[in-house]
Amino acid sequence: MMPGEACPVPVLGHKQIVLGHGSGGKLTQDLVEKLFLANFSNDYLDRLDDQAVLEVNGSRLAFTTDSFVVTPIFFPGGDIGHLAINGTVNDLAMSGATPRFIAAAFILEEGLVSEDLARVVQSMRQAAEEAGVLLVTGDTKVVDRGKGDQVFITTTGLGVLERPVKISADQARPGDRVLLSGTIGDHGMAIMSRREGLEFEGPIESDTAALHTLVAGMLDTSEQIHCLRDPTRGGVATILNEIAARSQVGMELEGRSVPVRESVKGACEILGLDPLYVANEGKLVAVVAPEVADAVLERMRSHPLGRHSCCIGQVVAAHPRRVLLKTEIGGTRVLDVMLGEPLPRIC
Amino acid sequence: MKYLDEYRDADLARRLLKEIQQVQRRPWVLMEVCGGQTHSIVKYGVDDLLPRDIELVHGPGCPVCVTPLELIDKAHAIAARRDVIFCSFGDMLRVPGSECDLLTVKSRGADVRVVYSPLDCLKLARKHPEKQVVFFAIGFETTAPANAMLVWRAKQEGIRNVSVLVSHVLVPPAIEAILDSPWNRVQGFLGPGHVCAIMGYREYEEISARYKVPIVITGFEPVDLLEGVLMTIRQLEEGQARVENQYVRAVTREGNQAAQELVAKVFEVGERKWRGVGPIPNSGYRLREEFSGFDAERRFDVAAIDTQEPSVCISGEVLRGVRKPHDCPAFGNDCTPEHPLGATMVSSEGACAAYYLYGRRQKTTVGG
Amino acid sequence: MCLGIPGQVVLLENAGGLRMGKVRFGGIVRDACLEYVPEVAEGDYVIVHAGFAISRVDEQEAARTYQLLEEMGQLAELDQADVDVEPGGNDSAGSKPDG
Repeated sequence: MMPGEACPVPVLGHKQIVLGHGSGGKLTQDLVEKLFLANFSNDYLDRLDDQAVLEVNGSRLAFTTDSFVVTPIFFPGGDIGHLAINGTVNDLAMSGATPRFIAAAFILEEGLVSEDLARVVQSMRQAAEEAGVLLVTGDTKVVDRGKGDQVFITTTGLGVLERPVKISADQARPGDRVLLSGTIGDHGMAIMSRREGLEFEGPIESDTAALHTLVAGMLDTSEQIHCLRDPTRGGVATILNEIAARSQVGMELEGRSVPVRESVKGACEILGLDPLYVANEGKLVAVVAPEVADAVLERMRSHPLGRHSCCIGQVVAAHPRRVLLKTEIGGTRVLDVMLGEPLPRIC
Repeated sequence: MKYLDEYRDADLARRLLKEIQQVQRRPWVLMEVCGGQTHSIVKYGVDDLLPRDIELVHGPGCPVCVTPLELIDKAHAIAARRDVIFCSFGDMLRVPGSECDLLTVKSRGADVRVVYSPLDCLKLARKHPEKQVVFFAIGFETTAPANAMLVWRAKQEGIRNVSVLVSHVLVPPAIEAILDSPWNRVQGFLGPGHVCAIMGYREYEEISARYKVPIVITGFEPVDLLEGVLMTIRQLEEGQARVENQYVRAVTREGNQAAQELVAKVFEVGERKWRGVGPIPNSGYRLREEFSGFDAERRFDVAAIDTQEPSVCISGEVLRGVRKPHDCPAFGNDCTPEHPLGATMVSSEGACAAYYLYGRRQKTTVGG
Repeated sequence: MCLGIPGQVVLLENAGGLRMGKVRFGGIVRDACLEYVPEVAEGDYVIVHAGFAISRVDEQEAARTYQLLEEMGQLAELDQADVDVEPGGNDSAGSKPDG
């Protein structure tokens, strides 16, 4: 059969960008691979890590950039300012680097309340101080009312790799253990709890945090850490799929080992969402050599941001590129990448 | 969470599986009617655990999938209007019409919003008196009371800038359509727990008696589903055909009287088109005449939109449980959840999407 | 279809003549319409679908049937037939209490 012949519904060619292209799921992957990689391909970019590691005059630098667009800009547990610093600090930290410098570009919408902007900037200052990074350059633009959503922030980060580590999504090997630094879904559900039409009350707060000291402690324990990712958009499931695909390995997860707060679980249940696909802003997933897994885990648990760390599964040679999940009742299913923005459902 | 966690217990699941193995002597084909049950079955790998020769086929119980193409096109035409705030459950946003989905309509500037409860539309209508708030009222009997309440309250409170685009379908006619089909392979049904929480199960007793088929009203957690399978298999092995209620904690024989009453005040039963199946008489709800002022199809004059579906894709047969998703040559290559070609790939609840999402892409040996 | 989740009614409310209530699901609370469960009292469990309680959970029936389920399971346990299912991983699983 010819492609398209069997269909009563025409294939969506996406003549326009849809929200799903920014969801971190499959559509984002398509956009990156078919458009950006196709145009900019080079050895650094092709790695598709959350940062590039550059060799400059004998130093190894980690370099990354990230844009922050979030509605509402203030949410339980943080605001867009915290995210803008911590998100970029974490992208640097996931290479094993010490974050040092930040550049920030602001796109402000006409009509944004000055006091709100001041609050956001103060949050950035506080987050930068806590993370030990300096904001060294920046830019500001204002767009017409209705052309932006209060404030968009883009931060670019520079860090220094002081260790000879090579941490990348293509380094996972069969036998490696998959570690997770705590409960999942907190950030995504904190945002969701404030969305018009979905509001609920509860102790859910964003987990936004800078993870570089947690990573430093892990690397002090062992340099046998093969992959590190912070599971933001698309959640843990999407990150693990990326690692499995890049490393050409399979993964087997133990569903019951994945920690989820009772409140996040409740919110996910009523909205019909799977916490494994919900965003986090202060968690990491590590793939480490089996012989050091226990020591690394112990070290993670001794850090305030890793108290609920646990091993959620392992890397296997079988079924490469596929992540299997053993469910609570002992069945097995494939954990796929997310397709688009997670939508609440009633069915 | 009470009433969830204890029904996701691995020990209990293991014991139920043992019991199923002991009771079962012959291969059987069962259908779980409801898409929510399909979702649970694949999410927890229930089908992965069942004996190979107990085949679960997925029923048409997904209002998202069965909403006809023309109604989706009508929704898009209404949502695209500048004076409209179009509200929907999240489920409908990725369902393709002839040209695109609601998310795409939104990306072109339409005001499309996801709501959790139909009552949220009343809040929006009060907040935006200058706008027309339109709600995409989809669903089976379970959702009808919620959608009926929106219309009822709007009328009571005199809120004029609210209307509903109705696509309400009923489960019993769908089960009858499956059983009337000459290709029917289904020997027993797991009945739709939440539909019966509203409607009770007297209608199902008639169907069970008329077609001599066991129907076990079943809940949604993995232990519920396994117990539903066990009860159905037990009936089949003993040559019985009656209605049993596995989901006693939420379902009574009479159902929810208060909900039934309000639904009957607002809606009446009539013919409905099912995507992939075609028109089924008395298979859905439409607004009663006294509420026709709240009918979005009338208010926005979209009656002329009449999209025909070419019937090449096998989703109609998948919906009726006659064939499995991977029997379709387009499955997983030309037809994926990002580019759905047919009804059953449209929603994550649809049988094709559920198979695709949870990686059941290999053919299993099919008994029966 | 029909995602319905059990939650506990923690507060009965009246919103302009409409019976509403606060319902707790795990650690969160959401408003739900209780118009269709007129007999419901605070502390009861209800199944909520699309913001509406569609039925009250019958706690006695639930306890009775669950006990039967457990007993049946124990009888099956005595049988030697072995099913190829292993109980899942460790016990430090699942939910963490909210602080």
